This record gives sequence, C-alpha cells and structure tokens, in this order.
Amino acid sequence: MKNAIAAFVVGLTFSIGLVISGMTQPQKVIGFLDLFGSWDPSLMFVMVGAIAVHFVTYRLIRRRKSPLLDETWHVPAKKEITPSLVVGSLLFGAGWALGGFCPGPAITSLAAGQKQTLIFVISMLLGMFIFRILDKKMKFQR
Amino acid sequence: MNQEWINALIGGVIIGLSVSIMLLMNGRVTGISGIIDGLLGPTKGDSLWRLLFVAGLVLGGVFMMPFKPEAFVNTVSTSDLTVAIAGLLVGFGTILGSGCTSGHGVCGMSRLSPRSFVATITFIAAGVAAVVLFKKLGVYL
Repeated sequence: MKNAIAAFVVGLTFSIGLVISGMTQPQKVIGFLDLFGSWDPSLMFVMVGAIAVHFVTYRLIRRRKSPLLDETWHVPAKKEITPSLVVGSLLFGAGWALGGFCPGPAITSLAAGQKQTLIFVISMLLGMFIFRILDKKMKFQR
Repeated sequence: MNQEWINALIGGVIIGLSVSIMLLMNGRVTGISGIIDGLLGPTKGDSLWRLLFVAGLVLGGVFMMPFKPEAFVNTVSTSDLTVAIAGLLVGFGTILGSGCTSGHGVCGMSRLSPRSFVATITFIAAGVAAVVLFKKLGVYL
C-alpha cells in the first residue's frame, strides 16, 4: 500500500512537471521535432533539467542496499541492442511526431477531456494490446 | 533564455525529482509506457501502484489546469483517424522498444544505459524525419 501511495505522489509531481514544461502541448512537441523547419528548441531543456537532476540522484540513491519500500531494486540491467529496441523506437518516434503526444503527457491531458486526446489514449492502449497478441506468436526478443 | 526555455527547464527539474522519488521509495524506473502496459495483463499485487500512478498523472493535470490553461490546448489540427494511428504507433512502438520518453529518455539516459541511448536517439531522429515527411504529405491540416 505504501508503495502505491509513493507511486501516486510520483504521478502527481511528474504531471505537474509535464504541464509546466510544455510537454502536454502537441504543437510544441512537433515544433521541437521540426528541426529542419521552424524549430522550437524549448523542450530540449526538459530533458536537460530532468537528466541533470536524476544523473546525480540516481547515483546517490543506488548507494543504498535497497529502496525504502522494497527489498530489491527493479532497475533494468539489460545491455544488448536488439532489433526490437530500434524498430520499436522508430515506430514510437513516428507516432510521437504524428500526434504530438508521448504516453505521459497524453494521460495528463485527459484532464482537459478533449475527444482527440481520448482517441489517442484508447488507440495507444490498443497498440499495447496488439503487441501482447503478436508477442505470443512471434516471441519478440526485446 | 526566454521564458519558455526556463519553464521547460523547471518542469524538467521537477520530473527529475519525481523519478528520483520512485527510485528511492519503490526501487523502480518511472517508465510510463511500461507502467501502463503492466495494467493490461495484471499480475496479483502489482496493479495498485500502477493504477495510483496513472491517477496521479491525471489529477496533476486537473490541479494544474487553472494555473496554466494554455497547456491543455492542442492547436495541431489533424483528423481523428490520424490521431488514432499516432496512438497505435506510440502504444505498439513503446512496448516493442521497451520504453518511451520517460523510461529511456529520462531514467535510462541518467544512468547512462546504452539501450536507452540508442532508443532515445532513434525515436528523436525518427520523429524529426517523420515531421519532414508528414509536412510534405499535408498530415497537419
């Protein structure tokens, strides 16, 4: 239960960061990706700010034997660069450019109750579901 | 530095702190696509934190709306079908690629994960190339 409350606080603060940063505005996302047009570099600073903080905190936190509310760490340790990693990221990048939403900002934008945001989120869930079905047959090496 | 850049930086710092809370408390990476995907094939005892995380993501939006209403205005004019295709690509792509902007772009890059470097460079490059193509095709109305 405590870990769920922690996750709630993380979701809440994360989305506040998203709204302040501009990530919930698809026009700004597409402007950021429009490198060869009217490029809007502002969203680059979201990554700069987030990584600057977490680069340091990650190292400090991982000095501990375990997290505060769990016995073990659940941080991915995989190192191989697989075709799935690259193809998946290519598809994600194309979808990101097409709708101007990545998963987090799309969920946060549901707060405004717009039809197209809802269409995006439902389609995203469907895409994840389709992956599950295909994965049963194809057994992707992710 | 204009105001938008400063806001982006402040928002980024908050996101960096937020994912640090997840790591310190639960020992987890804040990978939003993965957290959502875990709800589609739930395992016992592993759903409540995911649900509350998603609830927090929406409530944060509700809380911020009066302070920054312009953050909830989507001025990109596309058809419903285009938005649906975008959602399918994002959903399928992030799971095949083991992560999105949060998991790879923030958490993975911060711990210098080679997989996350490759993923982040790939999805940004794909996004840049896709915008060039979509503008030519007249996808953005």
